[in-house]
Amino acid sequence: MSNSSLTVGVLALQGAFARHSEALERLGVDTIEVRTPAHLAEVDALVLPGGESTTMSKLLDSQGLRDPLAERLDAGMGVFGTCAGMILLATDVSDGRADQQSFGALDIGVRRNGYGRQIDSFEADIPVDGLDGPFRAVFIRAPVVERLGDGVEVLASVEGIPVLCRSAAGAPVLVASFHPELTDDDRLHQLFLDQLA
Amino acid sequence: MAENTHGTVRVKRGLAEMLKGGVIMDVVNAEQAKIAEDAGATAVMALERVPADIRRDGGVSRMSDPDMINGIQEVCTIPVMAKARIGHFVEAQILQALGVDYIDESEVLTPADETHHIDKFAFDVPFVCGATNLGEALRRISEGACMIRSKGEAGTGDVVQAVRHLRSIIGDMKKIGQADEAELFEWAKQLRAPLPLVQEIAETGKLPVPMFCAGGLATPADAALAMQLGAEAVFVGSGIFKSDDPAPRAKAIVEATTNFMDADILAKVSRGLGAPMTGINMDEVNHGGTRFEDRGW
Repeated sequence: MSNSSLTVGVLALQGAFARHSEALERLGVDTIEVRTPAHLAEVDALVLPGGESTTMSKLLDSQGLRDPLAERLDAGMGVFGTCAGMILLATDVSDGRADQQSFGALDIGVRRNGYGRQIDSFEADIPVDGLDGPFRAVFIRAPVVERLGDGVEVLASVEGIPVLCRSAAGAPVLVASFHPELTDDDRLHQLFLDQLA
Repeated sequence: MAENTHGTVRVKRGLAEMLKGGVIMDVVNAEQAKIAEDAGATAVMALERVPADIRRDGGVSRMSDPDMINGIQEVCTIPVMAKARIGHFVEAQILQALGVDYIDESEVLTPADETHHIDKFAFDVPFVCGATNLGEALRRISEGACMIRSKGEAGTGDVVQAVRHLRSIIGDMKKIGQADEAELFEWAKQLRAPLPLVQEIAETGKLPVPMFCAGGLATPADAALAMQLGAEAVFVGSGIFKSDDPAPRAKAIVEATTNFMDADILAKVSRGLGAPMTGINMDEVNHGGTRFEDRGW
């Protein structure tokens, strides 16, 4: 499947959604900003961007998006979540808010802000399985993956902690605790498109 | 072994990218911080008094007590920002030591230096600064600011200055986009701004850092107005906790900021919010009041 035959939505409730759209468009993909169930119905796959997961979680409810999105994920729609997006796709979340709900699209457990406050945010060159040469990964108040379930493949780790994971089989799910949308390196977005194909 | 690098420009500007499309709310205690987070704020600004009270009380306004900032950090899972006085780099050092996520070098506090702003490159924590025009924005960026907020006039509940400043900044960026190479030298001179930043705007059409709006926003419609004019997120200060019923107003402003182009949703969220802050209009401020926006050089 060539990139141009896909329409990929970017959840645009809050956060760095525009940067994801730019990356996907550089790869020749049609993108839609998703704010309503009607937008969601038009997309073949979805990106959940970085931002504040608590804010996005509340807006998923007020926009009436939570149930339609859960249904699309159950039906096997491909999804790529970065940072807050990873939190929303995880099975369990610690240090979040009691009322914060995640979709459980990938069986991982994450700790919100697990690396600490902004002063602890960092960037690093990391090797990624399947990519030639390192990827510059930017971690902003990033979540820490604390538990990996069955069927989760780790593509990159930093200091022993998984930072890039995907579903080994079944519905295509890719999650990163860092922000590929903050660099001009589109290889992880292409990796996601390849996973969809 | 890869090195982890902290405090880079990309890491500092990165947090501002994550706050886009959201609402940053002024709070003066842990209880208000909870209300803000419950309403869907992307961050809170911890300060002793909201700008409306600073305006009313007068006197010298300074960095908040560390106990108060820590108290807010303890109840919040979202980023906590705090204000330092213009030029007061020691207040900024203290705020960095407290682990605040963003420092606002703010005209709402009484300036500590009448000539110099803080050298913001000297810090690993990122800074946001206010601006009334493009030149001021570019000077702050050249000092290391990683987010710009149009100043408006804080503590008034009058949106007119926020609109004026946004239109000024964005209008000049549009004109620079039309200028030829030779004219960019004159733009840099007129704006009292570094030429490379002016050249970058000519190329990209936007600031190199996220641009948010602050100062005088009090209603969901105000927030959507700022977003339609080109702001990438909004700060709401006195507008929430000086209103009759802060929690629903805060939630409505969050929803208005996400749906800023959708008038049907804006109409829905604007209903039944009770009275907004009474406010003080700019004519009154100009006759005997303090114009915070004039602070900063």
